[in-house]
Amino acid sequence: MSQTITPSSGNLNGSQAPSPAIAPSATFSLAEFSQETLALTRRLFIQLQRRPSTLVAGIIQPVMWLVLFGALFQNMPQGLFGGSQNYGQFLAAGVIVFTAFSGALNAGLPVMFDREFGFLNRLLVAPLASRFSIVLASAIFIATLSLVQTSVIIAMSAFLGAGLPHLLGLGLVIAIVLVLVLGVTALSLGLAFALPGHIELIAVIFVSSLPLLFASTALAPLTFMPNWLKIVASLNPLSYAIEPIRYIYTHPHWLLGSVIMETPFGAVTLGLSLLILVGFSTIALLSIRPLLRRSFT
Amino acid sequence: MAPAVSIEKLQKRFGLVEAVKDVSLQVEPGEIFGLLGPNGAGKTTTLRCLCTLATPDSGKIEISGISVLDEPKLARQKLGYVAQEVALDKVLTGRELLQLQAAIYHLPRGSVKAQIEQAIDLLGLQEWADQKTGSYSGGLKKRLDLAAGLLHRPDVLVLDEPTVGLDIESRLIVWGFLRQLRDSGTTILVTSHYLEEVDALADRVAIIDRGVVIASGTPSELKDRVGGDRVTLRIREFTPPEEAERAKALLQDLPFVQNVIINSAQGNSLNLVVAAQSEALSAIQQTLKAAGLPTFGISQSRPSLDDVYLAATGQTLMDAEMAASSQRDLKAERKQNMR
Repeated sequence: MSQTITPSSGNLNGSQAPSPAIAPSATFSLAEFSQETLALTRRLFIQLQRRPSTLVAGIIQPVMWLVLFGALFQNMPQGLFGGSQNYGQFLAAGVIVFTAFSGALNAGLPVMFDREFGFLNRLLVAPLASRFSIVLASAIFIATLSLVQTSVIIAMSAFLGAGLPHLLGLGLVIAIVLVLVLGVTALSLGLAFALPGHIELIAVIFVSSLPLLFASTALAPLTFMPNWLKIVASLNPLSYAIEPIRYIYTHPHWLLGSVIMETPFGAVTLGLSLLILVGFSTIALLSIRPLLRRSFT
Repeated sequence: MAPAVSIEKLQKRFGLVEAVKDVSLQVEPGEIFGLLGPNGAGKTTTLRCLCTLATPDSGKIEISGISVLDEPKLARQKLGYVAQEVALDKVLTGRELLQLQAAIYHLPRGSVKAQIEQAIDLLGLQEWADQKTGSYSGGLKKRLDLAAGLLHRPDVLVLDEPTVGLDIESRLIVWGFLRQLRDSGTTILVTSHYLEEVDALADRVAIIDRGVVIASGTPSELKDRVGGDRVTLRIREFTPPEEAERAKALLQDLPFVQNVIINSAQGNSLNLVVAAQSEALSAIQQTLKAAGLPTFGISQSRPSLDDVYLAATGQTLMDAEMAASSQRDLKAERKQNMR
């Protein structure tokens, strides 16, 4: 703090003519939107690069799931869980989806901390093309992490004997993960804008994540569940991400018309399942728009 | 020419607390405008409404003729806001923060680099620009925050208590910088609860108390309006109360003395209001001498902005601050600030 600041006179703002740097415009500009989204995404990746522990933990955790949970039910009678040859194969789809889901569910936390530290105000006083860039940046970031995690889980499952879907199947698995991540990230950010503080957000994450896991087809198939749980699991969006992936894993010749799940409300085909998933994410994205606008945009 | 900032009859409440009851002010282009008031007077809320972070309950806010409520995005382009609490991402370097700032203000990629360099130079951050902001001192953080607020060359720079918590040297650096910025044409609106800060910096001042503007004008206009000079007299370093009372009785009878108060917090010194520019000091000393009282110290000064505040509200800024801070609904405010 000992040196003085000596701006060469006159170069502060020049003549203070309206700066050409900022063309006054109130209309939406895609170039502006991508500029701000890119910058916000870059910030998240810089944070990750300098504090990689979340990624490391995020990779260790699903591997633990596969190894430990897989071993727990290793000796279950073959064929008990439908077409899977072993529980490891059955479990892979559940772990892929649940890992992506929990990552996305936590997406709101950094935004909540930004709110609490006042950093979010920096973004809100700026002439953002759309505050949706904050959501999109988080979604891109979380989606990238999920893809890394998914790749590790797929590789690990293959190593543990679950086999590997064909290329098209793998592409569909990745698409399913991305759609789910987008929707859940949106919900999590919505919570980060709506809840009073990080304590409340963590509480919501805490009470919602495991029940959503158990009330889905991640760990056991619908046929294995009592009726009431069948109904709950059939309303759980996670099931509609898990079942297609599982079907792709066990059926090399899958079709969009293949029936993948018998819910109490009727048979669900692969195509319908994907449609439901896309619908869920679209509704999630639309539902948080009013929250982003809360102070006026 | 439209005023740089025009606020008319602003009102904003948080729950049961009326943070801003009636604030109107006009900031002319190219001036430093000081908003002075104790903590909790409504300064920050006023700025948050101006900077589109809070929606007013009623009132009109314009930046160079543009309605902040109707055209928030245009208004945001014209504004630079430096909040009271410096919020930096401690993992980013100073330069990375400025790059982010440049992108969210959509500075053209071609000129961003030069503009960031310029901002770094202006605030003397060269040495620290590539270090993580988590390692910065308080003064450095504030300077980086200033650099970020200025990066897009706003027409109006809004600063909320820019020197709270800074050491004296950093404070002087910030003051000097704001003056240079004003001299190059930027309009500056600054809040403060430091009298000296507003007195030293501001071309014009509005004094705000409990959500209402109670006085406005140039600092010297305001002081002239209060009238009289201030004399601080110490009979001894620590004057016995009875001696102070005796002196008070004597001095009250002098023709040019308008008011005498015994300040027990300052060792029973006497605070006098005397007719402006009068030759009061020698007359007071002679009166004391004739009565057999010594003079430990005596000084005459023009009224300060605190005297202006005192005259308008009947209490000093410091008393008001204590009173106001006990009445605030901090929880509601925090909630609002977290947007």
